[in-house]
Amino acid sequence: MEKNPGIIVNVQGGGSTAGIQATMNGTCDIGASSRNLKPAERGLKVILIALDGIAVIVHKDNPIDDLEIAQVRGIFTGEISNWQALGGLDKEIIPVTREEGSGTRASFEDMIMGEEAISDACLVQDSNGAVREIIATTPQGVGYISVGLVDEREKAIAINGVKPTLANLITEKYHFSRPFLLLLREDPVGNCKRFIEYVLSPEGQEILGSSGLISANQVVVD
Amino acid sequence: MKDKIAEKVLLFVALSAILSLALITFFIFQQGIPLIFRIGLGNFLSLRWAPTRGGFGILSMVVGSLLVTMGALAVGIPFGLAGAIFLAEFSSKTIQKTLKPIIELLAGIPSVVYGFIGIVILVPFIRNTFGGPGFSVLAASIILGIMILPTIVSISYDALLAVPNTYREGSYAVGATKWQTIVMLLLPAARSGIVAGIILGMGRAVGETMAVIMIAGNALKIPGSILDSVRTLTSTIALELGYAAGDHRAALFACGCVLFLIIIILNTVAIRITGKK
Repeated sequence: MEKNPGIIVNVQGGGSTAGIQATMNGTCDIGASSRNLKPAERGLKVILIALDGIAVIVHKDNPIDDLEIAQVRGIFTGEISNWQALGGLDKEIIPVTREEGSGTRASFEDMIMGEEAISDACLVQDSNGAVREIIATTPQGVGYISVGLVDEREKAIAINGVKPTLANLITEKYHFSRPFLLLLREDPVGNCKRFIEYVLSPEGQEILGSSGLISANQVVVD
Repeated sequence: MKDKIAEKVLLFVALSAILSLALITFFIFQQGIPLIFRIGLGNFLSLRWAPTRGGFGILSMVVGSLLVTMGALAVGIPFGLAGAIFLAEFSSKTIQKTLKPIIELLAGIPSVVYGFIGIVILVPFIRNTFGGPGFSVLAASIILGIMILPTIVSISYDALLAVPNTYREGSYAVGATKWQTIVMLLLPAARSGIVAGIILGMGRAVGETMAVIMIAGNALKIPGSILDSVRTLTSTIALELGYAAGDHRAALFACGCVLFLIIIILNTVAIRITGKK
């Protein structure tokens, strides 16, 4: 705002679905989404601005470092309820999930759960921070948050042997990530164009990177 | 002339309070009721809450709200009543003047602070002592029980003080002990005030949101024991409103309608009981 006086960006929350809908029906100039478009939503111009990995986290004292994707799925469907079954301690597993409507939850369901439903017995929190707080203080806990938000109080585990590190995310070896997209009805002009150019500029990408996201120009798309 | 203006201004202020209540009521029902008719009462009262995939059942949340409220009363009534009896019958004027404001100060602590204390102290304590996740019906009941103490204590205390002293004197004159006087005479005489206090406390427990979200765990499954996690109606609204759109959003307003009805019923009962004396 300081560098571009006179340009006012009105921001409206509501989640990815709301962002896509608003772009399609013309309520906004630029929509944002943290998931790919569904077939019914095609027809918009899509600009990838960053990638966000989703990490499965456990308490730092938990001896488990690596899980198969099916094991993670089993934990969240409620089929696996004791850490012993996964080679850990004889303790009840306490899975923590996100609330209905959350983009992180939608991505987790897409990438890990597939057709299976997350069990109603899971604890529910409404932000990455709240999930992280529970896992950091609950030795038996397991949850999922944005890779960029994992700190030293909890441990991000490897899935199918691949750790959710920046390097693995950039090379797409760790493929549990979701795109951050900007959406338009037609090619950007005027201020819209300037905004998008700014987001994709080194300066804009650095801001995204400092929030723990992987900037779009680091992503290797083959 | 000045009186007239003051009167009109005050009337306007009084009416605006009523008007905003009317608008809130209208808005909640206008947003929530159409969905209930569209999906049918069967779906709305079922167990399946998956609002992004057509499941709008609020039963587990209604049960959750009731369980947590009952738990809060189980904690709040004995302590609140004991506190009120002690203040009204056993303590000197000085103690009353010190203790009552302190208890009332409890009502001024923001609920997020109660929730924080719950997370930091109560939840780990329950997890380490009794097992389970710690985020539980028990944790929520204890915290809510403390939160409704000021309501129960103040109103019961006032009701006990309102019992005329001649009752006490008459009771002692026929040889009753102090305890007998309290249990057999004062409590029945102050009953309507005490019950009203309990019902108002119950209203607060049903409506409390922030503290419950932080310590109840919010799992949708109906808890099998008091050590299991639980989800209330208010937590669902606060947890999910951020990203809800379309029918999901309407379903949250429908939850609001149900809460609204529960609170109206509780308050009406409380007013009836206090009005009767």
